[in-house]
Amino acid sequence: MAPAYRIVDHTYDVIVVGAGGAGLRATLGMTMEGLKTACVTKVFPTRSHTVAAQGGIGAALGNMGDGDNWRFHMYDTVKGSDWLGDQDAIEYMCRNAIPAVIELEHYGVPFSRTEEGKIYQRPFGGHTIDWGKGMAKRACAAADRTGHAILHTLYQQSLRHGAEFFVEYFALDLMMDEDGACQGVVAWNLEDGTIHRFRAHLTVLATGGYGRVYQSCTSAHTCTGDGNAMVLRAGLPLQDMEFTQFHPTGIFGSGCLITEGARGEGGYLTNAQGERFMERYAPTAKDLASRDVVSRAMTVEINEGRGVGADKDHIFLHLEHLDPKVLHERLPGISETARIFAGVEVTKEPIPVLPTVHYNMGGAPTNYKAEAIRPTRDNPDAVCPGLMAIGEAACVSVHGANRLGTNSLLDLVVFGRAAAHRAVELVKPGTGHKPLAPTAADRALARLDRMRNAKGATAVGKIRMDMQRTMQNHCAVFRTDVLLDAGAKKMDQVAASMADVVIADRSLIWNSDLVEALELDNLMGQALVSIYSARARKESRGAHAHEDHKERDDKNWMKHTVAWLDDKNNVTIDYRPVHMYTLSNETEVIPPKARVY
Amino acid sequence: MAEFTLPANSKVGTGKSHKAPAGAKRTKAFKIYRWNPEDGQNPRVDSFEIDLDQCAPMVLDALIKIKTEIDTTVTFRRSCREGICGSCAMNIDGTNTLACLKPIDEVSGDCTIYPLPHMPVIKDLVPDLKVPYAQYASIKPWLQTESAAPPDTERRQSPEERAKLDGLWECVLCFCCSTSCPSYWWNGDRYLGPAILLQAYRWIADSRDERTGERLDALEDPFRLYRCHTIMNCTKTCPKNLNPAKAIAEIKKLMVMRR
Ligand SMILES: Cc1cc2nc3c(=O)[nH]c(=O)nc-3n(C[C@H](O)[C@H](O)[C@H](O)COP(=O)(O)OP(=O)(O)OC[C@H]3O[C@@H](n4cnc5c(N)ncnc54)[C@H](O)[C@@H]3O)c2cc1C
Ligand code: SF4
Ligand code: SF4
Ligand code: FES
Repeated sequence: MAPAYRIVDHTYDVIVVGAGGAGLRATLGMTMEGLKTACVTKVFPTRSHTVAAQGGIGAALGNMGDGDNWRFHMYDTVKGSDWLGDQDAIEYMCRNAIPAVIELEHYGVPFSRTEEGKIYQRPFGGHTIDWGKGMAKRACAAADRTGHAILHTLYQQSLRHGAEFFVEYFALDLMMDEDGACQGVVAWNLEDGTIHRFRAHLTVLATGGYGRVYQSCTSAHTCTGDGNAMVLRAGLPLQDMEFTQFHPTGIFGSGCLITEGARGEGGYLTNAQGERFMERYAPTAKDLASRDVVSRAMTVEINEGRGVGADKDHIFLHLEHLDPKVLHERLPGISETARIFAGVEVTKEPIPVLPTVHYNMGGAPTNYKAEAIRPTRDNPDAVCPGLMAIGEAACVSVHGANRLGTNSLLDLVVFGRAAAHRAVELVKPGTGHKPLAPTAADRALARLDRMRNAKGATAVGKIRMDMQRTMQNHCAVFRTDVLLDAGAKKMDQVAASMADVVIADRSLIWNSDLVEALELDNLMGQALVSIYSARARKESRGAHAHEDHKERDDKNWMKHTVAWLDDKNNVTIDYRPVHMYTLSNETEVIPPKARVY
Repeated sequence: MAEFTLPANSKVGTGKSHKAPAGAKRTKAFKIYRWNPEDGQNPRVDSFEIDLDQCAPMVLDALIKIKTEIDTTVTFRRSCREGICGSCAMNIDGTNTLACLKPIDEVSGDCTIYPLPHMPVIKDLVPDLKVPYAQYASIKPWLQTESAAPPDTERRQSPEERAKLDGLWECVLCFCCSTSCPSYWWNGDRYLGPAILLQAYRWIADSRDERTGERLDALEDPFRLYRCHTIMNCTKTCPKNLNPAKAIAEIKKLMVMRR
């Protein structure tokens, strides 16, 4: 029996869950196409985490006269992914980057400008021209607040087109029919405590990443991967969850990000000896090598005793040699952030930094049309009807084992747009809906009710800290068999401790105690599949650096991990092939080779 | 300075008091406004003493510590913890600001924390912001043009033209300014307030926008714009160091010029 809650029903063509860059671009596209669309979001749209993105959005516009070309962008992205990215999707993204960014400008994004009045572009890690021979200027920037500029603009366009929003509604779970198709989503309205069943032909998850699985991350408190957890609870798999990106320059202590654009504008890293050590690790790209490469180099420097500070446990990022005018015009945000969170005046002293969890390459597997994949033995690309995923929640996979900076904002708008195009093909406006089973929301409500009345003895904050410490200590920049085995066992225990959780607030209006408990429960499932996926992968690739298996092993491991979680917290792992083919014959497959920068 | 909209006939009472753990050397009391719409009680102020040596530096860190370790029912909005999402706006030590950007050691003595003044409260430190959000939509905060955009390339804008947007577009819609403005307190239903007027000016100042005339027409009204009496609270309080009062003055100047 489902407990008594006030339930309100809605019917739409499409429900988008999430109002970050991905969710807003999809909502906007679908609304403009005439589909009856609603966007459900747990925070007001402009408070979504996309607002924090700093450095830029990648597109080979060639505005800086470097002769850039989308094929170079594609090459860099495949190489950056350490050949785990699907090349059809990567081609789609890099080609569509150009119209997608121009479109953003037409929407009103306040991009920084070149003297000719074009969009300003800066260098970024791993982005090159001529297949790695020189650094490209490809990151289209609005100072160092590009995410803010894009997110606010997308919200403004959504207002313009009259998109419908349900703000501060916390989505609980998907509604799945007996054939495994998605029928919509159940959400809890924080403002008045009511429960809403949103029925739709298509449900689009755009719920962002799950950085908060770790103790120190650049992402917001709200980055708890709720959509990914809903996918797991619906019996669907998540893909490539072992690949967590550590950004080289999180501020030591607070974890707040200093954009890679700071190095793009000429910043560099030093160790305790004052050495610009990246020259040893990446002779060509140096401080602008790919993120996994720089984070590993920094970690080696610290482990070998060359860290800076009293405890030799971090690294310095220098900007003090840059022209104050450049800092003021192009990096005002991080100048402020460094002052507030590190007490550093960037014009005078270096910023203490440390590799910090930043991005989740893994997520719900999809094809390049944004449709969610439910792989079967016979068809690794089988689609789950009624469900889409986009943005950081999705694994398309364009980022493979390591994402390049600026490619996430790009992923959001390109695949948000692709989702809208596909929705128009799939949904004819006015089509009737399959009836919802009266029990469609029961699973979601039972979970809500159980958590709301949790009377155990262990605080949410304690379990969360146990999980975050375990992941930070066992599943970070460098991994070993011993660490991962022990970590997986510990995570089993931490997950089991959820049975003893307690919350104090039993109310329904803005019960943030309950929200945090539900978010923790969501994080827990993702932590489990992440560490089990990592434990299974016996090679090193991109962000997964395995000390006992130091080489990339294309013969055995050039494949995506797919992981399921059952309701007893058992993880099942399988694999699906990487797409080693392109969409068109205007470019060729980029064959694997050693990855040097 | 601040006044608060409270449920009818209610007084703010003194609530629970939590002492610092034994052995704490550097302690501080946080006095937090509490109101739960579901329990039928009057609002109250709870006091939480915490050990500052065990707490990160910002007021938001203290709130999170209190919520995690002492009373999990304390309710407030937060997300980015770096001053960019605009969620954690509240009244701290008498001033509206973002809790994540406010260092604890800038507050001498006890630290009082109230919701943004003059907004209906949903619970504890969570105000209802529906009115300013609707006012935001009312100014048509999007690029409006007559001419078609060039098909395959950007609209051109010189660095100088673009520089005119600096100090305007960075607004995080936290409404610290509007809720510190006496004119907005008394006429919030009709006066747009500094946050929204700053945004109105952001589009007027954009060289790409071609509807300046219509935008000014829409503001030509005794309430929407002219309730600003240049009291400057807005600019003083903005946690992002923006200057809404100046933006309002610019709009007024344009109004005069076109007469
Ligand atoms: C500090 C920082 C800087 C970055 N800089 C860059 C950069 O310069 N360039 C770049 O390309 N990438 C950058 N990134 C990465 C990029 O910003 C993110 O990957 C991207 O913004 C994610 O967008 P999204 O739309 O997928 O999700 P988000 O923006 O995280 O939005 C998630 C949305 O889902 C909603 N949601 C989540 N759970 C629920 C639920 N249960 N119910 C209802 N709604 C829910 C939220 O309300 C929110 O609206 C940066 C990341 C960080 C942390
Ligand atoms: S300057 Fe105008 S908007 Fe600002 S506080 Fe004063 S009256 Fe309000
Ligand atoms: S102008 Fe400043 S105080 Fe006002 S809403 Fe914007 S950021 Fe907040
Ligand atoms: S938490 Fe985002 S502004 Fe304070």
